[in-house]
Amino acid sequence: MSKIVIIGNSAAAVGCVEGVRSVDKNSEIVLIASEKHHTYSRPLISYLLYGKTDEQRMKYRPDSFYSDNMVDTMLGKTAVSVDPKGHTVKLESGEVISYDKLMVATGSSPFVPPMKGLDKVEKKFTFMTLDDAHALDKAISAESRVLVIGAGLIGLKCVEGIADKVKEIAVVDMADRILPSVLDAEGAELVQKSIEKHGVKFYLNDSAAELEPNKAKLKSGAEVEFDVLVVAVGVRPNIALLKDAGAECGRAIKTDNKCQTSLKDIYAGGDCTESYDITIGAERVLALLPNAYMQGNTAGVNMAGGEQLYENAIPMNAMGMFGYHMITAGSYEGNVYTEKEGENYKKLFYKDNRLMGYIMIGDIKRAGIYTALIKNQTPLDSIDFELIKQKPQLMAFSAEDRREKLAESH
Amino acid sequence: MKRIYVNEKWCLGCHLCEYYCAYANSGKDSMVNALKNVKINPRIQVEEGEGINFAVSCRHCKDPLCVKSCITGALTIENGVISFNHDKCVGCYTCILSCPYGCIMPDSEGHAVQKCELCTKNACGEPACVKGCPNQAIVFEER
Repeated sequence: MSKIVIIGNSAAAVGCVEGVRSVDKNSEIVLIASEKHHTYSRPLISYLLYGKTDEQRMKYRPDSFYSDNMVDTMLGKTAVSVDPKGHTVKLESGEVISYDKLMVATGSSPFVPPMKGLDKVEKKFTFMTLDDAHALDKAISAESRVLVIGAGLIGLKCVEGIADKVKEIAVVDMADRILPSVLDAEGAELVQKSIEKHGVKFYLNDSAAELEPNKAKLKSGAEVEFDVLVVAVGVRPNIALLKDAGAECGRAIKTDNKCQTSLKDIYAGGDCTESYDITIGAERVLALLPNAYMQGNTAGVNMAGGEQLYENAIPMNAMGMFGYHMITAGSYEGNVYTEKEGENYKKLFYKDNRLMGYIMIGDIKRAGIYTALIKNQTPLDSIDFELIKQKPQLMAFSAEDRREKLAESH
Repeated sequence: MKRIYVNEKWCLGCHLCEYYCAYANSGKDSMVNALKNVKINPRIQVEEGEGINFAVSCRHCKDPLCVKSCITGALTIENGVISFNHDKCVGCYTCILSCPYGCIMPDSEGHAVQKCELCTKNACGEPACVKGCPNQAIVFEER
């Protein structure tokens, strides 16, 4: 019987627990995490403020998760170093925990760039954890003017969460469009217009040159008054623990297709790692919850002596803003097929006989059929591409493929 | 485990499965109340092509991408059935992004999703689409 130690308590850690237990019911599992909370879904913090969930429902797994899976938790404890030779983890408290296999799922942290005058701002927040959400919620009122720096996924979901609770809300981003990592210019404009209907003001191609306690002077010369500042410009992977231990790192921790790091008996997954994105053929950080789960699950299976490979990671996002939905996946390279009608917008990107990526806004029905084409690298000449361009459908596959999909067990 | 399988050669494209599905999951006690003048939003969908039709509903995969991708834990595997907890769902649609068969869809209110649960949670008790199919193009069996 071996001892598995997991550092982290979010999607990759939970995926690891479930991966281990799918193979091995007996090994000891110890889970160490800085946060004291039961595992919760980080992306739900915006829905918590929006009123679409509560702390009980946002638990990522049931209350009985740790006992059901025989996990000994050490919550509220922070790991400060790993000794890969001695197979031990040292905690801030001084405790030393030994392991046979170690999973590092330390996630990422909000990046706060140096900004002139930031230290003078009294009410400033990042938006990553449950505690962040509570702190922000406490600081805002119906009279608040809020400035959000960053029009990415985190910044905009924060906007959605609090827009109806505050008086004014403005968003600044250096990029020329909102959601620059997810949308193209045309799609971003559609979504931006829809968000603006909720009273949100955007300052794009702009940045906060200087902050005063209640005012931001933007590079463009514009001035935005605020009571509460949210910094959501991006996240940085938490790699120090393993980098200091000698693990190979790029922008984040490197892992192989079994989610093992360059160090013996040490695995990693989630926001602290790089993934091999098959749509660009290179490693990059894919800080997305489903990706974290898949990596963690793969690591867990392999740590427990099973065999599972994770080799079809792609960027992908599903996101809604005030009920207006968008689903995107892959890379936006190659030939483009566009459909636009009213609030519905679709773009498919394809090259070398493969679907590379897509954007669907408004009508997102059956988007996963497109996602599967990208993940499986389905040769487009093996399906009726003209048909599937119009809408995602299984009819576009060959009779044999349809039989396999619909008349066989999976 | 018994799952739903379709044989497109026998499918007439009559859409009765969609109506039976919508009725079974409506919670209403008569077809008229459930379906008349209602734009149905069934969990099984008939695809129509040139001389080919077939119904598509959740495959209840053994290794379900929707469950692994769900950001809330609303989708789980219960005795092999991919089950959905409406109470936990926030309608982010990550499952719609993930399902390779296109079998999870927004519910009628648009605040959450819906999917086939093999009629395990409604009064029908066994898949209504299978019971209602006039030509046995949809079956519920072990394969």
